[in-house]
Amino acid sequence: MLGKLTWDAIPWSQPIPLVAGGVVLLVLLAVIAWVIVRGYLPYLWREWITSVDHKRIGVMYILLGVVMLLRGFIDALMMRSQQAIAFNAPGYLPPEHYNQIFSAHGTIMIFFAAMPLVIGLMNFVVPLQLGVRDVAFPTLNSTSFWLTATGALLVNISLVVGEFARTGWLPYPPLSETQYLPGVGVDYYLWSLQISGVGTLLTGVNFVTTILKIRAPGMSYFRMPMFCWTALASSLLIVAAFPVLTATLGMLLLDRYLGFHFFTNTAGGNMMMFVNLIWVWGHPEVYILVLPAFGVFSEIFSTFSGKPLFGYRSMVMATLFICVVSFTVWLHHFFTMGAGANVNATFGIATSVIAVGTGVKVYNWIFTMYGGRIRFATPMLWAMGFIVTFIIGGMTGVLLAVPPADFMLHNSLFLVAHFHNVIIGGVLFAGFAALTYWFPKAFGFQLDEAWGKAAFWLGLIGFYVTFIPLYAAGLQGMTRRMQHYDVAAWRPWMLVAAVGVLILLAGGICQVVQLVVSIRHRDELRDVIGDPWNGRSLEWATSSPPPSFNFAVLPNVHGEEPYWEIKRRAIESAHLTPEPQYEDIEMPRNSPTGVITAFFATITGFAAIWHIWWMVVLGLVAAYVVFVWFAWRDVDEYVIPAAEVARLDRERRGARQAWLDAHARAEEPA
Amino acid sequence: MQRNVRDWLLGIALAVLPALLAGCSGGILEPHGPIGAANRLILFNALEIMAAIVIPTIIAALVFAWWFRESNTRAQYQPHWAYSGRIELIVWSIPVLVICFLGGVIYIGSHDLDPARPIVSQNKPLEVQVVSLDWKWLFIYPDQGVASVNQLFVPVGMPIHFNLTSASVMNAFFVPQLGSMIYTMNGMVTQLHLQADRAGDYKGLSAQFSGDGFPDMGFTVHAVPQNEFADWVAGVRRSGPVLDRAGYAELSKQDTAQPFTYRQIDPALFDAVVTRHIPPQPGPGTQRAEKAER
Repeated sequence: MLGKLTWDAIPWSQPIPLVAGGVVLLVLLAVIAWVIVRGYLPYLWREWITSVDHKRIGVMYILLGVVMLLRGFIDALMMRSQQAIAFNAPGYLPPEHYNQIFSAHGTIMIFFAAMPLVIGLMNFVVPLQLGVRDVAFPTLNSTSFWLTATGALLVNISLVVGEFARTGWLPYPPLSETQYLPGVGVDYYLWSLQISGVGTLLTGVNFVTTILKIRAPGMSYFRMPMFCWTALASSLLIVAAFPVLTATLGMLLLDRYLGFHFFTNTAGGNMMMFVNLIWVWGHPEVYILVLPAFGVFSEIFSTFSGKPLFGYRSMVMATLFICVVSFTVWLHHFFTMGAGANVNATFGIATSVIAVGTGVKVYNWIFTMYGGRIRFATPMLWAMGFIVTFIIGGMTGVLLAVPPADFMLHNSLFLVAHFHNVIIGGVLFAGFAALTYWFPKAFGFQLDEAWGKAAFWLGLIGFYVTFIPLYAAGLQGMTRRMQHYDVAAWRPWMLVAAVGVLILLAGGICQVVQLVVSIRHRDELRDVIGDPWNGRSLEWATSSPPPSFNFAVLPNVHGEEPYWEIKRRAIESAHLTPEPQYEDIEMPRNSPTGVITAFFATITGFAAIWHIWWMVVLGLVAAYVVFVWFAWRDVDEYVIPAAEVARLDRERRGARQAWLDAHARAEEPA
Repeated sequence: MQRNVRDWLLGIALAVLPALLAGCSGGILEPHGPIGAANRLILFNALEIMAAIVIPTIIAALVFAWWFRESNTRAQYQPHWAYSGRIELIVWSIPVLVICFLGGVIYIGSHDLDPARPIVSQNKPLEVQVVSLDWKWLFIYPDQGVASVNQLFVPVGMPIHFNLTSASVMNAFFVPQLGSMIYTMNGMVTQLHLQADRAGDYKGLSAQFSGDGFPDMGFTVHAVPQNEFADWVAGVRRSGPVLDRAGYAELSKQDTAQPFTYRQIDPALFDAVVTRHIPPQPGPGTQRAEKAER
């Protein structure tokens, strides 16, 4: 009846996961109880859970990303503390637990923290920057989000019901085959990624379509803001790479569930095939994450320097260059497989060629600052932290692309330090910069600068104190994923890294305090006119937070920086353009399709993990029924009357005109 | 306040860097063989080529940002300056040139230091067959007719030719102070050539996660003078178990191991593992999988 699921699946004898799981469960129940008792449930259901508004979905993605970032960070704290004490000692985490932790840390950070942060930003920002009302397929967008949440949920269920994979974040066979890991850990990994992978692929399709087909009148490709270009490149990579991931994991599933032999030791299986395929997806994945981060920094360097982005077309070319070349370098993840000199040399050179695109970007950001008038607000501080950190991470990356160097550094803590250097220094710094930068647009008030700057400095220093020691330990031959070790020379570095991770923790606490303080002081921090940073692209043209339809009238774009142009004219004439003719606006209706589909996907995934076949069938059939029911809908849009649009837009225009008047008065000679 | 932060950061950097370099002895930066030394040279060359560009770039980023700060009245604000063909040319040329240079290093390095490439030497290489098991290393000396587990005796100054395979999952054979690592995979043989130039004990380990016993897959490489190596072989032949099929089956149980030696070997054993005439090492789920196949 319940397949492999029994009471023994819950780790009664292991206090750490049990207590951790219990606490999470209690917090979750408390939140749900609070929501129900206070009567927020209908509001949440109507305005958020079933919302197909790209802004709401973006916010939910980012919330998911932040919560999972916290979970992944707790894993990191455990790993660093284990390695700090496990010198000639077993430490406090036994191997079967420690091995789950580093596997979960990597999986969660890449798929359920970094990806939702990046996709959330794309969701929130891209339609606003393109000057349009929503993405191409709003309900699909909601489904994408909820499928991603399903994956995250399954990973977290594995904390208390069963176990997670003990393979590392990429389950290399034959270790991940049933012969060596018969438990449900790898199955949790596979099903959560298969389900969330569908969501990610749909997001890719959605954003490619949106950016290619839906833009404000006059916004040609070469007038799109840089972030939209990087979002397009990232979405194209998703569309091209994620099917490879799905197919590869699908083959491993067939091996594990139906006794196939794609990657097994015996019967003609070949584990090298898995390693190749997973990195054919895995390397573009790095650029799926980091290209939008580049986009974020392009916006920030330009805005806070008070200048257009230097070498815009060159930046577009560099982005597309990276997008294409990222598919030609996967083999550098396993130079040590013994493929031969010509193969290694080819992929080594291809890898370093990518650095050309990145190098061009770095120089263009530097020349964006040249001749600027730079304001060091929190987002700009993150950008400066990024540029220095990312250059160092890029350099160590190119070192690893040199096969003879990689022969000694592969899988070492030097490698671990390198990819944290680029992912934290690139993606996470971009995430924090973007949160501070676009937060006022999403919620109508700015974040507290003092706490933001404290979070930045602690984050930056904590990063270096954590990861410079890992570089050093890697140079001393320390390999990754060691539950304990017996080399005295590695010990001091592990202790320093443990201190570093505590500094990062302090930085994280500052982020939380920043949010709390900002919410309490939201009236002083209010963004009245909708343009708190003196921005240049269209998202700053509408109010903060924007109305559900984003723009009362779609803006007419005449140049690369449409909003800057509008603002300049308004300031010169001290008046806004005449009030436009308001018309009715049709917007997509909210739909529970996404959340219901995801609910059944969760059931299917959970049942498949535990071999509860009737429940798998039930989940699949129900999900299909939801899809048919959605396809049958008669009314999919609702109308916002012109009068309502006019009322909202007049409010915005009033605030702007008041600002213009004040500005004109301040400029007048006394 | 900003000045204080800067001084503080500078102080940290000055304190950390020497400690970093001094602390890095014993690893790949202190090689004791030609391969390790050549790898390190390439590492340093690549680092120097890039540092020549990277350090000025970081300085430029910081200096530009500082000089063009809003409060600096001496800096000239050029709000419309966003394109310069000449700078674009330089911006693309610098990384392209660096990569051309580095590409040469990569090409030559990949060929000269290909793990399968024999070391040029007057001495005939010592043959060692390596089998990674869950969770220990088996070293077979086919020419000497002995074998050892988790310890590797090698003569100083003599090239060693490793043939490597795995009995179960993937591992990577790695002796940081001797040089390159290489994967071991079931059903396949990888090649590696190393040499120890100085007598000593060197730490070896698996550099590819392979399961719960992975951190105990360490081994010691004892590099000894040639006559001592001969003495060691003679000593090994005198006692210890025999590595035949039964002995191998015993070794194949999933567990960690203390170092020990075999006085005699089945000379066909390595090939039998590679060709899977001896089936892959069983794991906890092997029986179930076999049942499913039937």
